[in-house]
Amino acid sequence: MSAFDLTKFYADWQIILPECFLFVWALFVLTLATLGKKDEPGRSGTFALWTILGALITAVWVGVTADGAAFGGTFVFDRLAVVFKEVVLGGVILTAISSIGTVGRLEVHRGEYYGLILLSAVGMLLMVSATELLTLYIAIELSTMGLYVLAAYHKGSRRSAEAGLKYVILGGISSAILLYGVAWLYGLTGTTNLAAIKDAVMNIYMSTGGFPPAMTLALIFVLAGFGFKLALAPFHMWAPDVYEGAPTPITAFLSVASKAAALAAFLRVFFVGLESAAMAWTQMIAALAALGMIVGNVTAIVQTNIKRMLAYSSVAQIGYILVGAVARDTWGATAISFYTMAYLFANMGAFICVIAFSERTGSDEIADYNGLAARSPVLAAFFALFLLSLTGIPPTAGFLAKYYVFLAAVNAGYLWLVIVGLLTSVIALYYYATVIRKMYFPSGETASTITVSKSLTLALVISTIGVLFFGVFPGPFVGWIQNAAQMLLAGK
Amino acid sequence: MIQTAWLIPIFPLVAMAAIVLFTHRHRALSAGISIAAVSLSFLWGWSVAVSVWGDPTVHRMSFDWLNLGESMYIPIGIQIDGLTGMMLVVVTTVALMVQIYSLGYMRDDPRYSRYYAYLSLFTMAMLTLVLADNFFLMFVSWELVGLASYLLIGFWFEKQSAADAGKKAFITTRLGDLGFILGLLLLYTGCGTLTFQGVFSAVDSHVLSGGLLTIAGLCLFAGAVGKSAQVPLHVWLPDAMEGPTPVSALIHAATMVVAGVYLVARSMSIFLAADRAAMVVAWIGIITSVMAASIGLVQNDIKRVLAYSTVSQLGYMIMALGLGGFTAGTFHLMTHAFFKALLFLGAGSVIHAVHTNDIREMGGLHAKMKTTSITFLIAALAIAGVFPLSGFWSKDEIVAATLGHPIFTVLTLAVAFMTAFYMFRLYFLTFTGKPRDQHKFDHAHESPKTMTVPLQILAVLSVVSGWIGLPWLEHGFSSVVFHEHPHHPEFHVVWAFIAALVGLSGIGLAYMMYYKGSIDPERVRARATGLYTTLLNKYYFDEAYSVLFVRPYYTMCRGWFWFDQHAIDGAVNGLGRVSVAWSVFNRWFDETFVDGAVNGVGWLTRGFGAIVRHLQTGRVQNYAFIVFAALVVLWLLQ
Repeated sequence: MSAFDLTKFYADWQIILPECFLFVWALFVLTLATLGKKDEPGRSGTFALWTILGALITAVWVGVTADGAAFGGTFVFDRLAVVFKEVVLGGVILTAISSIGTVGRLEVHRGEYYGLILLSAVGMLLMVSATELLTLYIAIELSTMGLYVLAAYHKGSRRSAEAGLKYVILGGISSAILLYGVAWLYGLTGTTNLAAIKDAVMNIYMSTGGFPPAMTLALIFVLAGFGFKLALAPFHMWAPDVYEGAPTPITAFLSVASKAAALAAFLRVFFVGLESAAMAWTQMIAALAALGMIVGNVTAIVQTNIKRMLAYSSVAQIGYILVGAVARDTWGATAISFYTMAYLFANMGAFICVIAFSERTGSDEIADYNGLAARSPVLAAFFALFLLSLTGIPPTAGFLAKYYVFLAAVNAGYLWLVIVGLLTSVIALYYYATVIRKMYFPSGETASTITVSKSLTLALVISTIGVLFFGVFPGPFVGWIQNAAQMLLAGK
Repeated sequence: MIQTAWLIPIFPLVAMAAIVLFTHRHRALSAGISIAAVSLSFLWGWSVAVSVWGDPTVHRMSFDWLNLGESMYIPIGIQIDGLTGMMLVVVTTVALMVQIYSLGYMRDDPRYSRYYAYLSLFTMAMLTLVLADNFFLMFVSWELVGLASYLLIGFWFEKQSAADAGKKAFITTRLGDLGFILGLLLLYTGCGTLTFQGVFSAVDSHVLSGGLLTIAGLCLFAGAVGKSAQVPLHVWLPDAMEGPTPVSALIHAATMVVAGVYLVARSMSIFLAADRAAMVVAWIGIITSVMAASIGLVQNDIKRVLAYSTVSQLGYMIMALGLGGFTAGTFHLMTHAFFKALLFLGAGSVIHAVHTNDIREMGGLHAKMKTTSITFLIAALAIAGVFPLSGFWSKDEIVAATLGHPIFTVLTLAVAFMTAFYMFRLYFLTFTGKPRDQHKFDHAHESPKTMTVPLQILAVLSVVSGWIGLPWLEHGFSSVVFHEHPHHPEFHVVWAFIAALVGLSGIGLAYMMYYKGSIDPERVRARATGLYTTLLNKYYFDEAYSVLFVRPYYTMCRGWFWFDQHAIDGAVNGLGRVSVAWSVFNRWFDETFVDGAVNGVGWLTRGFGAIVRHLQTGRVQNYAFIVFAALVVLWLLQ
């Protein structure tokens, strides 16, 4: 790179525009929070919402106008990036809307709350687009740093503080593991660029007819690093504690947006970078997916706290998503992406219901959901719908997502994994149905009516539209995702 | 009419939406909307059925729901042929009768509007199920009828048993659905499509054959076993009687439970090609039939007798299908739908009058409720297979289907005998003899017109619906349903005579035991105590499941959770204690041996121990330990 190329410079920055936009406005929201009076919780929230909407529009615009790699091939804006950026930003929007009540009850540091969410979102957007391992690592760190603080945001609450501390310690360990894996990969291949790694891994295989043990080591470490971000069993141990302790909107944020970003990165690393080593990791992923479905669903049954139940349920959901990964083709990538989309709305919606319920009752205990259908028919109906979507009952998006994932796995010859998935989904029905039954078929007297705040109603309606729309009219959207998956696998 | 057949399920859907969104506060209006909608479906359904009667073309309409090229192509559409026409007639007729009947039966219920909304939801889903032109849409509506059934069984959730029964039904049938969806996935990978047309032509042209086809067929059948309450998943249906009686008539006698039979009938090509799978179907059917009929002999709850009777008759149909008697199975499906719905509604009328389900507290009710009694008698004669009622014709076809398989023929006749016996035991104990509970008898009364008119209509259908299967008809049942495979069973006069004789002797035995009293039931019971207890406890299925699956499963869950929480907790607390001990030791060491400079170290350690204990962050170390352990395990596995 001899002379400074202005056109190239401009093109590079155009591609990263959504991140820049979000970043600048995140700083603005932070500044605003410091300057403004403490008693105006609404202002930074409103700003944050407009910022995210702006980023969403920018991302769509960039997706339409620009395409391709930037910054020497470390960052890419392809179709997959568009899909996942929209998913991540959708999660951020819903988090921001559902945070309004929570932030309103904060004593201090109201504005920083949104600032941190936005900064974390910047990291997630970068994760979605990173095609180079160090860029990816830095993006992961950027997104997690904000989350560490946010998890401990209820400083006065011991649970929240404990959640934050646990998250930091285990996050640090997992980052180290991931970085160690990246180092091994670099040592083996001499590059950190995913496309180059793909070729180098292929060369190793061609020249030796197999993989050296170091390769397996690198794979395991990278997988474990992702496993932590995704709360994939057995790297899920942090999730229930952190989910329970963190403020609920942050729990939702953690369980949806952060995982969506990690899944995009997972697709890039495993479906592209390590594609030639697939035979070494497919079995591992299949085993972990099965473990996730079993451990998540079985443990969820005995939970009495709804947030812990949803935590274990999302451990299981990640297991289902990774069932799609054993089919290392367009089907698998499409299935994973669509499942992520369905999961976004259903899980986000479920957590928003939990927020709405605890805002009025102060409780997260499943037992207290007794008779919710009488206390708030609307809230109960929403919650039931989201739980049914998580179970995979038609006509919700969750049904098609499960169907697609299983179909991909059967097609790839992993019938046993599908059987595990189907059996555990009956278990899942059991504990979801327990909540529905409590809400609709109450025992004993039910308490007073519950009203849902306007902002939460909005968030619930958005989630419901998502769950039903993608369940009933998935056609165009799935076509779009499939196209993105094809482009990803073709290396375009 | 056929071009607009897709409207048939739309009417109840609109009704449900209207009730939920707008009219749920107005009881009469909600019921009116629901009944108006189902009436429209009824008219449409009948006219569609009439227009395809004897017409061998299959009408298909579909649009691309999901078209992703080779990886996934799911068109959604409807298909109308003789079988669909017959199902439309059954579903819309029974649904209309039940909805009208419910006007009276549910009159005093506080959740009247909700009840009609659920009924509309169910009707919509069931009609979609029979209209679907592909397995995918069929599965979707299959799940939806299950959901509606769950909601309606648990409708009186104030009773704990009702709420439990709903959940039991949902989850038990869902176990069968596992097989169903697995079958779909296999069919899709084998044929590349899920439309009936595509799958069956792939099967007919041997694109899909051999072991995979057998497994796919058995998987589909697993779905039918769940939905149609066959052994070993039959345990949910008797419990489902906790729901309101009209619901039992509609869902758990005439429509939803025959969805499994319909599935097998629809997949005829698969079961014709996979004869081993078909044999499994036949055996499951006959085992279920015999077992359920024998349990029905001793039950004292009027609805439970009918529930076991339903299970038993479903077994009949399934068995006939498994033996290749596709016309026989579907013909019996239709006649059974009418007379069993009538029996349930009649039972509902009785329960409405005497406020009990226990036949030991009834007796002599004929004097008080003539219409109910007479229509119930007609239905009982029909199910017993008495000439010339509908059951006579369909049962004869079933017996004819078993010819060539002596074991099946004998067992079929045995079931026919038991059926006639328990049905007339029920009739005599309920409607004849002396009232056994004078108080209840005095307060009994005939039900209102909204309830008795549906009974009368169904009674007419119970008599005449068999006549379309008359063997000498040019366009009888057998040439309308499954005309692609013309199947004209001979009318076996001898076997028809034998079957009728068996039925009559069952009635005769019941007459002697429970009407004339010339045989004392008590003495019979005393001579076969073991058998009687086994039957009364329904062969101990629920108990066995509890011991074999439920309890070990719960133990596993708890164990798992305990491990997740306490094993780690314990280990961690141990670690914490070690830390504290260490800090105590340090302090002692410090104070005793070391001077102030080293005190700092001791203080730090103790401080850490205190933090560890206070925040329980010791657990984090263990979480981390598990992460590393997992890494090692993964490494070792590779």
